[in-house]
Amino acid sequence: MSVQVPVSIGVKRTPATRPVAGAFGDSIFVIDQSRCIGCKACLQACEECGTHRGTTMIHLEEVDRAATTQTAPMVCMHCEDPTCAEVCPADAIKQNEDGVVQSSLKPRCIGCSNCVLACPFGVPKYMAELDQMMKCDMCYDRTSVGLKPMCASVCPSEALWFGTPEQFAATRTGVLVNEWWFGKQHVATKVRTVADAPGSIDVLAAAGARPWQDDPFGLEELDLDELDDLPPASGGGA
Amino acid sequence: MARHPITEDDLVARFGPHLTTAPPGGWDAGVDADREVKTHCCFCGQQCGIVLKVKGEEVVGFEPWYEFPFNEGKLCPKGVKRYLQNGHPDRLLEPLERDPSHPTGFRPVTWDHALDRTVREIRRIQAQHGNDAFAMLSGVSLNNEKSYLIGKFARLALGTANLDYNGRLCMVSAGVANKRALGIDRASNPWSDIPLADVVFVIGANIAECAPITTSWLWRARDNGAKLIVADPRVTPTARTADLFLGLRPGTDSALLGAMLHVLIERDWLDHDFIRDHTTGFEAAAEAVRDHTPAWAERITGVPAARIEQAAEWWGTSRTGMLLHARGLEHHTKGVENVWACINLGLATGKYGKPGCGVTTITGQGNGQGGREHGHKCDQLPGNRDITNPEHRAYVASVWGCDVDEIPGKGLTAQEIVEAIHRGEIKGLLSICFNPVVSLPDTTFTKEALDKLEFYAVIDFFLSETAFHADVVLPGSLHEEDEGTSTNVEGRVIKLNPSKSPPGDARLDWEIICDLARRLDRGHYFPYTHAEQIFEELRVASKGGSADYAGITWERIERELGVFWPCPSEDHPGTKRLYEGGRFHTEDGRGRFHPVRFRPPAEVVDDDYPVWLTTGLVESQYLSGTQTRRIGPLVAQYPEPLCELHPRLAERLGIVTGDLVRVTSRRGSMVLPAKVVATIRPDTVFIPYHWAGRQAANQLTNRALDPLSKIPEFKVSAVRVERVGPPGTAVVDERDLELVERDTRGDAPRTPPSEPGEGGG
Repeated sequence: MSVQVPVSIGVKRTPATRPVAGAFGDSIFVIDQSRCIGCKACLQACEECGTHRGTTMIHLEEVDRAATTQTAPMVCMHCEDPTCAEVCPADAIKQNEDGVVQSSLKPRCIGCSNCVLACPFGVPKYMAELDQMMKCDMCYDRTSVGLKPMCASVCPSEALWFGTPEQFAATRTGVLVNEWWFGKQHVATKVRTVADAPGSIDVLAAAGARPWQDDPFGLEELDLDELDDLPPASGGGA
Repeated sequence: MARHPITEDDLVARFGPHLTTAPPGGWDAGVDADREVKTHCCFCGQQCGIVLKVKGEEVVGFEPWYEFPFNEGKLCPKGVKRYLQNGHPDRLLEPLERDPSHPTGFRPVTWDHALDRTVREIRRIQAQHGNDAFAMLSGVSLNNEKSYLIGKFARLALGTANLDYNGRLCMVSAGVANKRALGIDRASNPWSDIPLADVVFVIGANIAECAPITTSWLWRARDNGAKLIVADPRVTPTARTADLFLGLRPGTDSALLGAMLHVLIERDWLDHDFIRDHTTGFEAAAEAVRDHTPAWAERITGVPAARIEQAAEWWGTSRTGMLLHARGLEHHTKGVENVWACINLGLATGKYGKPGCGVTTITGQGNGQGGREHGHKCDQLPGNRDITNPEHRAYVASVWGCDVDEIPGKGLTAQEIVEAIHRGEIKGLLSICFNPVVSLPDTTFTKEALDKLEFYAVIDFFLSETAFHADVVLPGSLHEEDEGTSTNVEGRVIKLNPSKSPPGDARLDWEIICDLARRLDRGHYFPYTHAEQIFEELRVASKGGSADYAGITWERIERELGVFWPCPSEDHPGTKRLYEGGRFHTEDGRGRFHPVRFRPPAEVVDDDYPVWLTTGLVESQYLSGTQTRRIGPLVAQYPEPLCELHPRLAERLGIVTGDLVRVTSRRGSMVLPAKVVATIRPDTVFIPYHWAGRQAANQLTNRALDPLSKIPEFKVSAVRVERVGPPGTAVVDERDLELVERDTRGDAPRTPPSEPGEGGG
């Protein structure tokens, strides 16, 4: 079941030289997808933001609901060299000194969706009613005045988390990952995710996988007489 | 008599649920607030701290309350969107009286008319049929002040024994078990103990969806190295990452727990000193599980024996451990026994009264803890006193200034009240904060009962499906309009602060109750002009009881961010952790083992009804949905009930996701879309219960009650499942998206999926 896929996560270059002041202050934003309970508090809270009221910038996907309750929240990873900005023909996507990659500038954005297609994390959203790309800006209105981003404030499971690396080290487990290879493209991000251990990641196994997860109800081990005794579907079935 | 002048659909069209999808003034109106109010969420027993942003007389948004220690700003989607219940178009703004000739079925009347008629009917029914023929049903989403007030009102103003509350449908089996075994009905620990546990055992508690904030406490424990064991018929989001999953068959909890005790004894993973010094009854409890071997339990529960042994080993050999249970364990005809089986595991291994050690229920309702302590249960007086105990009665009579004989005796429980109504023994009813048409088992029976009432008055802020059956509707107050206290899941008494006044002619609930008392000529017992006066009296009335609030003041709560009861005096710090030093609250100070042998649920599967049904909640809805089915963004998350079933069962029945299926029990039948998922046992289907009418899961459930606590067996029914119509015709997700996008403010509410003709395959 377990397949090791060499999505290289190792350190590939020296850390970013960009200053880490501004929106982040001394803090880091961490996504631990494995902790997500799919409650959507993040989506609901995101759309309360004063700068994009009624529109959520967070993606929350069911990975494969037929098989698992695993869900995956995604905020903008705030790449050091943002692909979205690199591919923008109108130079509409700006990165702040503090590393926050902003939504497109309305006067410049031509709504071409290049960024939507190019982002390796699938983050930017083309808003048809505005004819503009919008995305998570790390709650710039909050973080620039020292408040936590809204999603990381409300997240019941702390799957979305905002704090200092020291706080993370003191209270949390897992290895922080912020460098990625997509084919030949190296991407370093301001936002971190969490892996179980250093090294390449087994992308097919849930973080913290347990033996029982292959067979939650022990169907291989047990004779399920009750199910075998179930009558066929009335009306013939499929 | 014909009680419905117009159809239920007509009532829904007028009174809702309709959806609010945007804040007051729309999303573009901005969030300029005049003031911010620190208070708590109204949805669920976690009672998370929240800051409400208020503009004029409207709550326009929220802000995390980072300083409140329980949730530190965290909120689930219900908390985030709770402010949208304000300014709702369905809000009841004036008293209503049933009027078959009126186009909406109810006509607006004055308060004087509504209250005088109510009082007249109370007097008439009680004069003709006796005091107990008029009953009252209450609920524990009410604050402590109102819970206390209603207990006093029913006994002294109505003079009826028949007052009970909707906690009867919640965790009352845990309450009974805890009182008898441990002498007190409260969480054993503050949640800050969870991260100190080496093992956390969660049984029958879908924490991620029903108590979402507790998830962060679980992860703190796991970050500290704790192992997590989850027992549930479904791989819930909490179970998904567990170190050990016990996917038990509905109704077999006591077999699983009994087998764990069996293993603890067999392997001598016991705390003999604790058993000797602090407990009684171990031998009988051990004898009861002598034959509950893991191999036997595997056949009963469907959980592999090796996993049961593993769970027992982790629980038995860990230095510290917390066992958390909720409705999945408690909603059974053996609910009390199930909780005792948990308590036995705690007592046997000495896991009580120490940091990171405890066995506790996770209370569900908003004030599920405080609301069950101060006298609106049929057998209870304030301070969790016993209404049949002469000393307790005498004390409370002295506080109330009444003759002890004025306090009626023990009355019927909630389900029994509805059954007595159905039999024609109870003729009149006043209810508040209770939507039994949605929340009680066997919906058809409940509706029949309500239609037999000679008079029914309801206090509510929205016209719930139960209020459809009322003769008089008194518009009451929302959580954010009243001031008072509640008690959270941990036993922490907290302060609820008002953000606004009731709109229109709606009034504060406690003022309505006091007004009714005055009109019943019992006003001298209800002289309150401010809610704090009620709390001050509650303090005195609870003093010396097991739920002692004597030392708690509104001012202290605000200053200390909550005070844990028991707190007998103002210089007492409150009691965060119970049973320290192995001292239980029983008369001899010892914890009591109870012998628990597995027995089957009231209804078991057979050839006609071959599939287990279990019911529960989704994270975006609160209980009977009176509030949350009116909040658009929450409805959008999970718009209608779905029937979860395993691919193996689905394949056998020819069902794919999105097919409409008919689920039929001995009580009734419903049609709903299927959701085929490998995260549920193959012999079990799951339906969430928040909806009304044709979408009500409780059309199927069983009225069988636990003999001690009278909690209904919501968690186990036998059903038949069949596809309706040709296969693969409905695609649920797309349809839901369409409907939600269409459902803007004021539009007609969603109607249940219509039932296509029989197709077969």
